[in-house]
Amino acid sequence: MAALGLGAVDWLVVVIYFAFIIWLGFYLKRFTKTQEDFFLAGRKNSAWVAGLAFLSANLGALELLGMAGNTFKYGMYVAHFYWIGAIPAMIFLGLYMMPFYYSSRIHSVPGYLKLRFDEKTRILNAIAFGIMTLLVSGINLYAMALVLHTFVGWNWDVSMWISAMAVAVYITMSGLLSAIFTEIIQFFLIWFGLFLVAVLGIVEIGGIDEIFARIPPSFATLWSTSGDASLNGMLVTWAGIVLGLGFVLSFGYWTTDFLVVQRAFSARDLRAARMTPIIASFFKMAVPFLVIMTGLVALILADDPGSGFALLRDGEQVNYDSVLPLLIQRYYPTGLIGLGVTALLAAFMAGQAGNVSAFNTVWTYDIYRALINPKASDATLLWMGRVTTVVGILLSVMTAYWAKGFPSIMDYMQAIFSWVNAPLFATMLLGMFVVWITPNGAFWGLLAGMGSSFSLFMAVKFQWINPATITLSPVASDMAANFWRAWWAWLICFAVTILVSVFTRKRPRTELVGLVKGLTAEKAAQTIPFLRTPEFYGIVSIIILIVLNVYFW
Amino acid sequence: MKSIWFFVGLLLTIMGAIITASAVYSLFHPPVQTKIFSDLHPDLWWGIIMLFFGLVFVFMNRRSRVS
Repeated sequence: MAALGLGAVDWLVVVIYFAFIIWLGFYLKRFTKTQEDFFLAGRKNSAWVAGLAFLSANLGALELLGMAGNTFKYGMYVAHFYWIGAIPAMIFLGLYMMPFYYSSRIHSVPGYLKLRFDEKTRILNAIAFGIMTLLVSGINLYAMALVLHTFVGWNWDVSMWISAMAVAVYITMSGLLSAIFTEIIQFFLIWFGLFLVAVLGIVEIGGIDEIFARIPPSFATLWSTSGDASLNGMLVTWAGIVLGLGFVLSFGYWTTDFLVVQRAFSARDLRAARMTPIIASFFKMAVPFLVIMTGLVALILADDPGSGFALLRDGEQVNYDSVLPLLIQRYYPTGLIGLGVTALLAAFMAGQAGNVSAFNTVWTYDIYRALINPKASDATLLWMGRVTTVVGILLSVMTAYWAKGFPSIMDYMQAIFSWVNAPLFATMLLGMFVVWITPNGAFWGLLAGMGSSFSLFMAVKFQWINPATITLSPVASDMAANFWRAWWAWLICFAVTILVSVFTRKRPRTELVGLVKGLTAEKAAQTIPFLRTPEFYGIVSIIILIVLNVYFW
Repeated sequence: MKSIWFFVGLLLTIMGAIITASAVYSLFHPPVQTKIFSDLHPDLWWGIIMLFFGLVFVFMNRRSRVS
């Protein structure tokens, strides 16, 4: 049974949203004349535009719905994904990695691997990223259709095809430029659509202090129950959180995943590019207000028999993703329900557009131009970008139908990130900061890291080994296993890269200028006051992160 | 081309106006099924807030151009 019923006004709000973003795609097409416009939005964006798009590309509805549901299950531990699991990596990207990315004028992350190492490392990463992006995009599409079918009662095929086609239209028109424009619009819709749910939830319970007084103590803390995995709902120790989530998974995603990093490449200068993830970090820290608060409010309401609130059930299985839709239904009258549904749609489509725009760039530059047509003209690359957008969307739809037939592949989604991003972070870290790392070291290290992560996943999945072997704890959840597998994959990639580099031929230092720290002239921002530097805002962001962690310790 | 902030304002204005109009209509024709806090008229206040933000964005960026 659908949780949300839409009235005429709600439909009007949803239709206006679709019409507006498609019209925007057509409007922006006239300003998209070169491949630089299509793939990098002309490199003209301010730090604010790139920063909000950077965050919005990550802010998928699956994340919003899933994390609100996870809060219902695990409590405040979910905030680790937004705080230690994001902020240090975003600051590191802005302060230390962006100068190498941006100054080398590359179009993609695999493009850096080509400059720093060689063609085979670039191709390996480009193919892995392309497959990962299409899989994630398709699974997201499937999840969106499932959510709209379950909560709004829409036809599965219709909602999926309409959303996919809307994204295809506006990305085909103007590439990253329209992706960024719509992502910013979607960012505002997400906040306006869901902020009021959290506020009304807090009002109903009687204030934030009352919320924390009424939930179990282990649900109200971030670190104080992390000494022993059996004491917290996530069944993970502080070491798993810090090494697996806070270090490897977080840095692997935020510093190397082209889906988000591409937004920073679109910035108009180096300072704006460095500020991009730092500006995004402030908003990322605020997202728990939407998802954690709603999850905790739902938890309290569900425990109160007089509230009349209960999560949806699929047979015996509790549907935790129903937290947000049910609260929207509880608080929102006609008109606002349309806004709430539009916010969820906007979040799904922002994630979809992010995947597609990253895929078309990596395919065009790192596979098509590198392997198939090295002499492609500007016009050919632009045409290829548009064609790849449509093909990418169609492949995503096919993946979504595949996911529908095999719902268990949803379980693999988190795992996919640890197959590709976790080892890549070791390669990038060594590549940017250690001069003597060789192309062969990077290639074999990356291959070993990806292979070991995949093997560990299969070994645990099919019980060839005891999960405790990798989690170093007698009890562990799937989430804890993800954290630890990412850590081991990173470590194996790191070790193999160093080992092979010791015995293989190094590139001349002259070829690495501008790509590796130590060989790159440090451009001190003498003309900018300290209070306007990325370093200052990075420090402020880290201070807020520390305060939040201490407050909710 | 127009600044992105202009388009953000335009959409917030349109949606805010629709939600506000719907809320005003509900004041005079209350729905049969009411929601928690419907006496606080969250749709009216939220619609006005969206409308306000939208108009500010539109007004401040009505002449802004990005090269």
